[in-house]
Parts: sequence; C-alpha cells; structure tokens
Amino acid sequence: MKGLLLIFVPVAGAALAAAWPSERTRPWLLPAVGVVHTALAFWLLMHPPVVAPAAWLGFDQLARAVLPVVSLLFLVCAAYAVPYLGLRAERPNRVFVASLLAVLGLMSAAHQARHLGLLWITTEAVTLATVPLLHFNGTPRAFEATWKYLLIGGTGIALSLLGTFCLGYAYILGGGGGDLTFVTLMAHGAALSRPWVLTAWVLLLVGYGTKMGLAPMHTWKPDAYGEAPGIVGAMLAGGVTTVAFAALLRVRAVVDAAGEAAVTSRTLLVIGLFSMLVAAVFLLGTRDFKRMLAYSSVEQMGILASGAAFGATGVWAVLFHVWNNSLTKGALFLSAGTIRRAAGARTSEEVRGMSAITPQSAAIFVAGMLAISACPPFGPFFSELRVLRAAFETGHGAAAGMFLGCLLFAFFGMTRLVLSIVDGRPRGGVRNARRRIRETAGVVAPPLVLLGLSLWLGLATPETLRDAWAAAVAQLSPAP
Amino acid sequence: MSSSVNLLIGLAMGLNLLALGSSRMPSVIRIVAAQGVALGLIPFFMEDRFGWLVALVAAGTVAVKGLVIPNLLHRAMRTAKIDREIEPSIGFVPSMLLGAGGTMAAVDGAQLLPLLSEHAGTLLVPGALASIFTGFILLIGRVTAISQVCGYLILDNGIYLIGLLLIHSTPLLVESGILLDLTVAVFVIGIIMDRIQRAFDSLDTRKLTVLRE
Amino acid sequence: MTAFLEIILRLAVWLALAPLLPGILNKTKAWVAGRRGPPVLQLYYDLARLWRKSVVLSTLASPGFIAGPAVAWVALAAAALLVPLGPAGGALSFKGDVLLLVYLLAAARFCTAWAALEAGSSFEGMGAAREVSYAVLSEAALITAVLSLSVQSGSVTLGTMLTPPVGAGAALLAAGLFAVLLAENCRVPFDDPNTHLELTMIHEAMALDHSGPPLAVILHGASMKLLLFLVLLSEAVLPIRQLPAFTASAALAGTVLSVTVGVGLVESLLARFSFRRVPLLLTTAFLLCLFALLLAWKGGAQ
Repeated sequence: MKGLLLIFVPVAGAALAAAWPSERTRPWLLPAVGVVHTALAFWLLMHPPVVAPAAWLGFDQLARAVLPVVSLLFLVCAAYAVPYLGLRAERPNRVFVASLLAVLGLMSAAHQARHLGLLWITTEAVTLATVPLLHFNGTPRAFEATWKYLLIGGTGIALSLLGTFCLGYAYILGGGGGDLTFVTLMAHGAALSRPWVLTAWVLLLVGYGTKMGLAPMHTWKPDAYGEAPGIVGAMLAGGVTTVAFAALLRVRAVVDAAGEAAVTSRTLLVIGLFSMLVAAVFLLGTRDFKRMLAYSSVEQMGILASGAAFGATGVWAVLFHVWNNSLTKGALFLSAGTIRRAAGARTSEEVRGMSAITPQSAAIFVAGMLAISACPPFGPFFSELRVLRAAFETGHGAAAGMFLGCLLFAFFGMTRLVLSIVDGRPRGGVRNARRRIRETAGVVAPPLVLLGLSLWLGLATPETLRDAWAAAVAQLSPAP
Repeated sequence: MSSSVNLLIGLAMGLNLLALGSSRMPSVIRIVAAQGVALGLIPFFMEDRFGWLVALVAAGTVAVKGLVIPNLLHRAMRTAKIDREIEPSIGFVPSMLLGAGGTMAAVDGAQLLPLLSEHAGTLLVPGALASIFTGFILLIGRVTAISQVCGYLILDNGIYLIGLLLIHSTPLLVESGILLDLTVAVFVIGIIMDRIQRAFDSLDTRKLTVLRE
Repeated sequence: MTAFLEIILRLAVWLALAPLLPGILNKTKAWVAGRRGPPVLQLYYDLARLWRKSVVLSTLASPGFIAGPAVAWVALAAAALLVPLGPAGGALSFKGDVLLLVYLLAAARFCTAWAALEAGSSFEGMGAAREVSYAVLSEAALITAVLSLSVQSGSVTLGTMLTPPVGAGAALLAAGLFAVLLAENCRVPFDDPNTHLELTMIHEAMALDHSGPPLAVILHGASMKLLLFLVLLSEAVLPIRQLPAFTASAALAGTVLSVTVGVGLVESLLARFSFRRVPLLLTTAFLLCLFALLLAWKGGAQ
C-alpha cells in the first residue's frame, strides 16, 4: 500500500498548496513533498512490494525501474523552485505549486497503472495538469505554446484512447471479459484478434508517441519547452515523457504477447530513427538554446524508441537511458533557466559571453551538453553504448550506423550553439549584466547535483538499479 | 434494434459532411450538439434489456455532448465576437469532397476489422472512422480556435462510437473517466481561448505564429 | 404512320403544356406573399406578344445570335421526346438513349451560351461564364444520379431504368435531383429569375440582348426544360411506372404539380445564395447523388 502513498502524498500536498495562505512560504511545500516522495520511492526500490496480479494500481517492476528517477528529479527541481519562485515574486504561485504537485501525484499513478483504461485516464490527467504550468509566465507567447500543446496533445490523447478501445475490443473478440489489466491481456495474448491489435498498436504508438514527442508528432515540444519555466521544462522532458514511454512499453508487451513482436520492433525502430534524424536536422539549424533543449529531447526520445526495438538487452539499455536522460536533461534545463534569466534573451544573436556573467551555470550547461551528447564518462555514454551493443547483437548494423550518424550531427549542432552563447564578450559589459542576477547556491546546486548523479550513474551503476531494470525487462517479456 | 442504431449513425455521418460544409460557427456548434445527442441515444437502442449503468452513460453523454459543451462554445463565440470561418486553409468544397471520400473509405475499410456477432451489420465502425476523419479535416483545415474545438469534438464522437463496442464489458470507471476528462479538457480549452482572445484580440490561430523555426 | 402521328401529338402536348409551369410557380409565390399575382397563362401571352415583335440586332451580332436559341430549342424538344411519360414510355426509345438525353441538354446549354457570346457584349459573356461554371457541377450531379439509376436497374434505356430505389436511396436521390433541378433551371437559391441587378443575374444576363421571336424561343425552351426535369425527378423517385395506366398519368401530373408548387415555396422562403456558396450547394447535391449511387451499388452486390 506504500505505492498508493506515492500518489496520495503529492495529491494531498496539492490540495494543501491550493489552500495555503502565504505566497512566500507556499513554495516550501514542494521540497517537503519531494523529500517524502523520494524517500518512499527509494525505499520501495530497495524493498519491492509484492503486487497482486489483478491489482489495477501497484508498484510493479516497471514502476520500480522508472518511477524513482522521476521522484528524484522532482526533488531537485523542487529545491530549485524555492529560490526561483522567490525571484518571480511578481507572479502568484498558488496554481503553479498546486499543479506541480498534482503532476507528481498523477505521474506516480500513471507509472503504477496496471490497467489499460486507468493508464489512459492517468496519462490524460497528467497532460491536463501540466497546462497551467506552461502558461505560468503569462505572456502571449506562453499562451500560444499552451494552445499548441493542448491541441496536439489533446489529439494524441484522443488517438491513444481510440487505441485503448481497439485493444480492449481485440480482447473481447478473443473471448475475454471486461478485465483489462495488462497481466490478463498478456496471458490471453494468443487469443487477441490480430486486425484489432495491429490497429490498436498504430494508434497507441501515435497517441503516446505524441506525448513523448516522437517525430513527426513533436511540433508542440519546442514551443512548450521554449516558453515554460526551466523547472517545468525539466519535469516535462524528464518526467512526463517517461510516463508516455513506460505506457508504450506496457502496451507493447501486450502486442508482443499477441505475436506481433516483429511489427512493434520494426515500427519503434523506424519512428525512433526518424525522430533522431529530424532532431539532428533541427539542432543544426536552431538559434534558440531553449528550443535546442526541446530538439535534444526529441532526439533522446528517438534513442528510447529505437533502443526498445533491439530485443530484451535493448529494453534494459533503454531503461538505463531513461535515468540518464531525466537527470542530465534536468541539469540542462535548470542551468539554461538561470542563463536565460541572466541574459534576458534566448537566441545566439543576442546572447554571448555567458561564461563571464554566470560562470557556474555556464560551466554546468556545457558539461550537461557534453553529457547528453554521449561524451564519456557521463551516464548517457554508457547507456547509449549498450543500446548500440544491443543493436549489433540483434543484427541491426545499418540502424546502428544511422543512429551514430544522427548522434554525431546532433553533437555538431549542440556544440555550435552552446559554445557560441558561452564564449565571447557579453553585450553591454559584464558588470551591467551581473546586476540583473546573482548566482546563488540555491540555483547552482540543484543542476550540479543532477549532473553529479548522472556522472555517478555512468561510473558506478548501482547493483540494485541493474536488478530493477532486469526485473522490469522480465516483466515486460515473460519467458514463454 | 440494429436498424434504429444504423439510422442514428447514418444521421451522424450526414452531420459530419454538413459540419464540413458550413461556414457559420453557430451552425457548426449546433451540428456538433445534434451529433452528440444522436450518438448519446444509441446505447438505449443497443440493448434489449434496460441496464441502469448503460442508461447513466447515455444520459451523461447527451447532457455533456449535447448541452454543456455547446453552451460553453456558444459563450466563447460570443465573447470572441466571431461567428464565421472566413478563410479556412482547406476550402469548404474540398473539405466536403475529402470528407465524402473519407466516409466511403471508412465504409469500405471497416470490413477489414472482424466484429462480434452482436455488432455485425451495424455502422458503428464505419461511422466512427468517418467521424474521426472528419474531425481531423476540421482540426487541420480550419483556422479559428472554435472550429478546431468542434473538430476535436467530432473526433471524440468517433472515438465514442468505438467505445460503444465495449460498453457492456468495461466497468463504469472507464466510461465515467472519459466523460470527466472530456469535460475538463473542454473547460481548459475554453479558458485558454479566453486568454488567447485577451492576448491577441482574436481567435484566429494563424496569428499564433511567433513561435517557429 | 400512327407512330409518326403519335410523335407529333406528344410533341404538341409538350410544347403546349410547358409554359403552364412558370405560371403555376409565379402564382404560388404570389399566394405565399399575399398578392394576387399574374394570371397562370401569363407566359402564353408573353410568348404571343414576343412572336409578333420584330428583332433588334446589334451591328456586332453574328448569325449565331439567332441560330443559337433555335438550335437549343430543337435540342430541348428532342430531349423531351426521349423522356418516358409514365407507363406510356418515351416517344423514342432505344438502348443508351439516356446518354443522348444528357448530351442534348448539354448541347442546349452550349447553344444558349454561344448565342450569348455572339451578342458581343461583355455583360452577356459574363452571364454565360457564370451559367457554364455552375453547369459543370450540376452536370456532374446529374450524371451521377443517372449512373445510380442505371446501376439500380442494370439498364441504360430510359424506358426501363426509371425503377426507383426504395428507402434511403430514394431520399438521397430526391434531394440531389431537386437541387440539380433548381440549379439547371436557374431558380432560387442558385439564381433569381426576377432579378435585374446586373451583379446577380446569371441566366437572365445571357438573354438580355435578345428580343422578339428569339427571346420567345429562349423562354419557351426554358419552360420545356423545367417540365422535363420535373417529369424526370418524379419518375426517378416515385414508382409511378408500376401503377395502372390511368392512375399513373394522374400520379405523374399530381407529382409534377406538387413539385412545382414546392419549387415556388422554396423560392418564397429562401434567399438567393451568394456566388461563393453556390458551388458548396452543388457539391452537396453531387455528394447526395454519389451516396445514392453507392447505395445502389452496394445494394446490388448483396
């Protein structure tokens, strides 16, 4: 029942935040809930509970393999949020804090959903709960981004509901009743109606893929990430996308059990490589460093999707990559937020010489950029190496070649942009800009912690985590 | 039983084409509302014995799709002082032809999907596919926010038709969750439209072009 | 010899009865508006008056200016002979006559447009352009309707193919053909026969420079076309041909009359559509006929 606490604590925190009277002290609720949530999540990681097979909600192996990193990311973001909201005292933060906590609770629910319909409901709820976060800044550009997010995300969600119905009907046609838990569906895999299963897979891939931000359904991402505050960008890129990815993995396990594993692998590989290609092309062209992070996120989602196509070892590597991506992306978004506020602009034409104005954040930003583009010894290097190894093991040599090519071009694009804003002499002099923002420990420490965690994951991956990922792989593809 | 269901679905398919062809927003909203009511009535005809669960779903659907959402949209339309789609990016005639083509393809393509014997002979799947296709045309081809929301609602009506295939097997939780989520979604969309309106003084989403590569 | 006599007789009936319909139409409109209106036989008086008048010819007008209306009238009269009248069948009937009917209607339209262009006035040219651009769409709908009837009955002879579908197919076909009838005969909401505003005229604009007997021929041809479409619509939708001879004739006459009144009501209650909306309406008519065709096709397959 501790799994349910992961959901109830943040939701109760959200209710408390909505009722909390003081603007100044309300943000402290975020780290308070974050600490409890992270402690619970990691306790459950160490001591996995026994989940009843028929349970609709439960901290099963897949939740165990992914949810703790979301929790950790939230905790660090919450620590960053306190000084951030202090700086943004001009905007009321009641809705923001409450929504952020609600998002955490709903994400915990979505990660633990073991029922087809419940999974869809929680995922949709996460999408709706993030909407107020996106237009926290209240500018017309933020509204524009929110509208696009809502329209594209809403369509994606509608399609995933359609896919959910199709999968349910496939089960009923196969002689099943109304029990749509994933365990039952996988057990009846062979009986599912093939045409409906394939329809469902396509719709669910497009639907949850929209939420992940796989190309060509990624168009909301640059706008939303570009206009949202850094914390929200970090939670979207490192938290919400993992929800959609875990949902895809769960659904895919059912489709595989129905005997369509070849189709799922092929489609995941194609859409993943296409996302990486699109992201690489856009990374070479973009001039806005917050939008660059969005395209980099599209690339990471491409890595996750294509990696999941490379058999069981691929799925293991991809779960490893989920952790690395969440931590590194968090570090990047948080440091980028600081740089953005210090510079007052976001494009490479306007921003220069940030190493002189915000030396620490700029250093973290460069290190994070190197980490996310798979430079050793950070975590992403090791997980992507394992993805490549899985690709060669399963005989996908050409795909591995394309994978490496996309990574190389993405690296070119990102270094070009990052170095151009970090290097050089700042506009209007250093002193002028320094007056606008001071790099306090409150805004430097959180991204640094995330970066350190990413480094640690790369150098010494804990045995518990390896076991958790292996157990999740075993849950997703049970031995016949 | 099957013939009255088919009549209602045929009506909904006709309304799809009407929605594609009308430029006046109040009539599009009315069409969407009428479609919602027609679809909401279907559960009453699908079952010989009267189950209170099914009746609840049907009544809820009629109330939400036929009354609440159209009212919200009407209000949004009045505050935005806009009642016409002037320059759609896909013209009315091409979108109608596209919709008709999609409807035919839906009728043809639905034969590829096997059905339970109790659903065989109904237009549920073709109607659903046609509505989904129509919704996409409206979402892509119209530029004002209200028309796009109408497109989203027609898309949702199509999904509801597929959901009807499952109405006896899935528990109430899923159904109520769907209605609830839909209401919340439109509520949020309504607020956002209000904000776009205040920020840009128009509901023309073509003006939302600051953000692009 | 009797066959020849019968053709002559039928032609006389067609020619004599056709001008009655616009009169009924105008009477309906007047009745709805609460006016007394012109007498039902008004068009006969007009035709007689025009026939006595002389022709005013522009110096630019070519022989086609006179020949156009004449050829159009002959084409329409020939088309009328092909249309079967209830159980009596058509005066002329052979395999594929429906194609000839469609072509004769097109030829009549072509000649009217041609005559309008020969007037040498830009205004008439504009009217012709409008007429032809609407015709493209309404002809598509008409041909689809013919196709659906032909698929339904498995025949391409007008005499046997007018076996109407039942249920939804008949409703779709009726709606589609009614819209085609309104468009082809330049009635509201496509065109307003009463208007003399140059911006809104379509059919009237074409005939503006004609006078005397040529104008009379144009007006008479138009009324014949209206009658032709009314008969065609009634027989395509209602199972008139299965009735015994006398009842069938009465039913046919009754349907034609009531549809005429219906057209009058539409004209009284609807406003003319703007030019931009007309293609939309004609596309709707086309789609209605297309769905009727699909129904006929699927129904035949089962």
